[in-house]
Amino acid sequence: MNDLMRRLLFLPVQASTFAKPVDYLHYFVITVTMLVSVGVGITAFAFFFKFRERKARQSTPLVIPSVKFEVVIIGVPLFFFFLWFVQGYKDYIWYTSPPANTMDVYVMAKKWMWKFAYPDGPNAIGTLHVPANRPVRLLMTSRDVIHSFYVPDFRIKQDVLPGRYTETWFEAVKPGRYQVLCAEYCGTWHSQMWGEIVVMSGPDFDNWMADQKNGLAERVDTGGDDGGNFRGSLVDYGRRIATSQGCFKCHTIDGQPHIGPTWLDLYKRKETLESGETVIADEGYLTESMIDPRAKVVKGFKPVMPTFKGRLAAPEAAALVEFIKSLRTANLENAPSKEPVYEPVQRR
Amino acid sequence: MSSSDAHAAAGQHAHNPNLAHHFETIEKQDHAVRLGMWLFLGTEVLLFAGLFLGYTVYRHFYHHVFHECSRTLDLSLGTLNTIVLITSSFTVALGFHAIKQGKNKTCAALLAVTIVFALTFLAVKGVEYHHKFQEGALPGKWYHFAEIPDMHANLFYTVYFLTTGLHAFHVIVGMSILAWLMVRVIKGRYSASYYVPVELGGLYWHLVDLVWIFLFPLLYLI
Amino acid sequence: MSQSNDAEPVYPAVNYLNADRGVWSWLTTVDHKRIGIMYLVSVLLAFLLGGIFAMLIRIEHLTPDPTIMSANTYNRMFTLHGVVMIFMFMIPAIPGVFGNFCLPLMLGAKDVAFPRLNLLSLYLYWSGAALALWGMISGGTDTGWTFYAPYSTTTPMTVFPVLLGVFVMGFSSIATGLNFIVTTHTLRAPGMTWMRVPLFVWAIYATSIIQVLATPVIGLTVLLVGIERIGGFGLFDATRGGDPVLFQHMFWFYSHPAVYIMVLPAMGVMSEIVGAFARKNVFGYKMIAYSSLGIAFVGFFAWGHHMFVSGQSVLDNGAFASISMLVGVFTAIKVFNWVATLYKGSISVKTPMVYACGFLFFLVFGGMTGIAVATVSLDVHWHDTYFVVAHFHFIMVGAVIMSFLMALHYWFPKMFGRMYNEGWGMVAASFIVLGFNATFIPQFLLGNAGMPRRYYMYPERFTALNVASTAGSSLLAFGFLIIVVYMSYALVRGPIAGSNPWDSRGYEWDTPSPPPKHNFDVTPVITVDPHSYQNPGEEVEHVIV
Repeated sequence: MNDLMRRLLFLPVQASTFAKPVDYLHYFVITVTMLVSVGVGITAFAFFFKFRERKARQSTPLVIPSVKFEVVIIGVPLFFFFLWFVQGYKDYIWYTSPPANTMDVYVMAKKWMWKFAYPDGPNAIGTLHVPANRPVRLLMTSRDVIHSFYVPDFRIKQDVLPGRYTETWFEAVKPGRYQVLCAEYCGTWHSQMWGEIVVMSGPDFDNWMADQKNGLAERVDTGGDDGGNFRGSLVDYGRRIATSQGCFKCHTIDGQPHIGPTWLDLYKRKETLESGETVIADEGYLTESMIDPRAKVVKGFKPVMPTFKGRLAAPEAAALVEFIKSLRTANLENAPSKEPVYEPVQRR
Repeated sequence: MSSSDAHAAAGQHAHNPNLAHHFETIEKQDHAVRLGMWLFLGTEVLLFAGLFLGYTVYRHFYHHVFHECSRTLDLSLGTLNTIVLITSSFTVALGFHAIKQGKNKTCAALLAVTIVFALTFLAVKGVEYHHKFQEGALPGKWYHFAEIPDMHANLFYTVYFLTTGLHAFHVIVGMSILAWLMVRVIKGRYSASYYVPVELGGLYWHLVDLVWIFLFPLLYLI
Repeated sequence: MSQSNDAEPVYPAVNYLNADRGVWSWLTTVDHKRIGIMYLVSVLLAFLLGGIFAMLIRIEHLTPDPTIMSANTYNRMFTLHGVVMIFMFMIPAIPGVFGNFCLPLMLGAKDVAFPRLNLLSLYLYWSGAALALWGMISGGTDTGWTFYAPYSTTTPMTVFPVLLGVFVMGFSSIATGLNFIVTTHTLRAPGMTWMRVPLFVWAIYATSIIQVLATPVIGLTVLLVGIERIGGFGLFDATRGGDPVLFQHMFWFYSHPAVYIMVLPAMGVMSEIVGAFARKNVFGYKMIAYSSLGIAFVGFFAWGHHMFVSGQSVLDNGAFASISMLVGVFTAIKVFNWVATLYKGSISVKTPMVYACGFLFFLVFGGMTGIAVATVSLDVHWHDTYFVVAHFHFIMVGAVIMSFLMALHYWFPKMFGRMYNEGWGMVAASFIVLGFNATFIPQFLLGNAGMPRRYYMYPERFTALNVASTAGSSLLAFGFLIIVVYMSYALVRGPIAGSNPWDSRGYEWDTPSPPPKHNFDVTPVITVDPHSYQNPGEEVEHVIV
């Protein structure tokens, strides 16, 4: 029932603990609304027919409201509206009271990007990593105009103001990638002020955090510049670039080998080259392969890839790398290309 | 269906040039213009209400700074201005009383006194503004007042200049209205039988006075 | 009361349209009817302009990527659409046109209380509109019609002329409202007690109270934004200790009641029409009249529901949310009374009634989704998404424009003495009601899916619904086009209407159509209740429900 209603109403997935109560009230409110408005419309229409003019200048009876009628038409709407108000307000109070044990993340918004900072950990632009099933509190401020931090999948939204901190919190229920949108008009690229929340399972997150703290600073997620071609999440942007540049003609993202190595689990994979050397497919290697593809060809593949030098701007190359990084499954290690692990990519 | 003959009605009040064609009687017309004026005064109150809201909010945010800044205003000049305005309200009321009794000359003289008071008010205000400009106690980005370094002090002067500025603008408008009325009183346009415009001009002037009576304690005293 | 006109209808040889001739006689007229007509022409032009912008926005949204314009053009476009539709069309539409034209006629007055002020109000409207349009053409404003600080105080685009234009149009609105209040108080015909005032007048009266009391605040607010831009006074500038949220409070203190400036007259039109076409006394006259005043009153204390996610306190949110519910109750009272008016009536389904049926659906659905967005927890998800866009378009386009069209069709014969073509009227009405649903229902779903408003490009998952909405809007546009055609024809060639083609009992029909310059040859004396469809002395059945 929940799922049917959710789909009927085009609501996104319910990825936070707040989403379900909100959606249930939503179903109730919208069902009543629909019934009443259609009911009123149909009643009016039926009266049009039933009491249609039968002869010109017909006299009509004088219909007078009784006190009972007046009480009903005032009382019933009042009852329903206050019922919704009470339930909605209760949920809202819950939503505005974060539990004591939250993980805090600082969020800074500026035209047109989101910056995240963990109190004792790394900074990130555009992508926020959080653990599932743990409450996360966001302390947010803006550097220029008013923005609004909006995650449709979590049903949360909070304006981000210059000159003061506002807060919001959520508890994600399942790992995945969720889009962050800016919901308060903030200028030219308001519509592109996107970010991403990567929800990881608890242990995964702890590992990731440990990695970050181990000084692997170059691996922090980067993303976005102020330019017009910034398409929100760098990963999404990367996927678009890959499509438009025709990468998928040779590379798959589902683990199947094709003309080129699959991108699934490519990042950090140890590859053996034609020369016999091995190389770790890190950011450096991936970028080099776009610009000078024939320098280090993976064993078993033909050097047929054209150079993308001059065809990919720096942010585009970065976005592609980021996209490839996103195609990492949990159990990757150094499985070489020739024996790709088939595992469908979780895509929304 | 009973009816009154429109042409006959028109003929009846043709002798009163102050009565517009669509009103039946001068009483009705007076009632209408008075009501209109009161509504207009209502809009004026709401206009100032926005600024008073700003004052309240920032006073609440930056209580101490506002208190400190308030001390930098010249209380004696402010008091003087308050007395000047209250007196001017009194003279305008006397003027209205005079025209009601048909004493055009007295009325004109009283209106003139009121205008002199208004000019005094503006002059004193000008002196105060001049001080503030010299000290650099100015709104927003212009603020460079050495005595109170707090960054939020600029907001006090923002509110100060906006409220007193808008008020001063109203003083100028009110003064012009009174001057216009004075000329017409001298010309004999108004009399014991037709004095509503003087009444309305007086009402406007009372409003200008009233706004100041709120501004003075808020800015100078607390 | 004038009865039916069984004889061949005649077009009065001398009427307000031709009593004086020449452009100058129009530009200097103080006749409320001519001012109403000039308002009609002006707001229709504004509607055309705003409609073109709306269509361009819809076309832009056919694809998730740039389609026909750049990001900055898009941002200016929705600002233009908002400013033109709100300040130049919606706010003056029904009060300016039909209020001006009908209110004195309905009261049995010769004119409004201050005819010259009325003309001044029109000129203020023209100058404000010209200023705003000039500002938008010369530099382009990209703040949205809401002018949120600090964006509006820092954007490099031209904003000041538009602010000034809004300020000036505000004075026009105040002048009109003031005029109507005084007129209603002082110029009622002999015998018209307060409980005999037609419901349209009640609605306009309630509207005028809002216009007079709320508009000065927006005037001041836009002025402060202007001062902030030019003088750097820091009032809304966080770096100097100012509070941007203060701007929102001041803005919505006007702009929420402004919604009722738009919708209350629409409800007034509905009350008139439902009685006239059902040939029934309007059911619950007092309830409808008082609920108008109730909406006007409560509307002043509900503004904070636009700011649930702005960082406002939880307590404030609760207070504003619960007060907002009351608006819904007052609206519900009206809706039930209109439907009950139809009961046991003798209904002739003409074009205005098709719109009335649409109006009921749109008002109820739009109104109840308004209650839904005032439910705080739901608003967290919906705030600033297309759900809100769809909600207020249901009220503003759905309810208000249906009502504007109802009024236009109903009073067209009164204004011009000619009839439009009923068949084409029905066709256009069907297009508009259907097209409207097709345009905005997908937008509700877009909001559910999470698409924020004012988005130039959008994530690809929103494409299908956007295309659906654009397709619907073309139906809507086509419907309007039909109206333009048959109405233009009716204006010159339409059959002569006669003084009371609907056989309505509204007092405004007691004079020839088009009315003479001074409205009534004989000053009417009101002896019966308004919207009364009993013939004098006739005994009718009394039904108590």
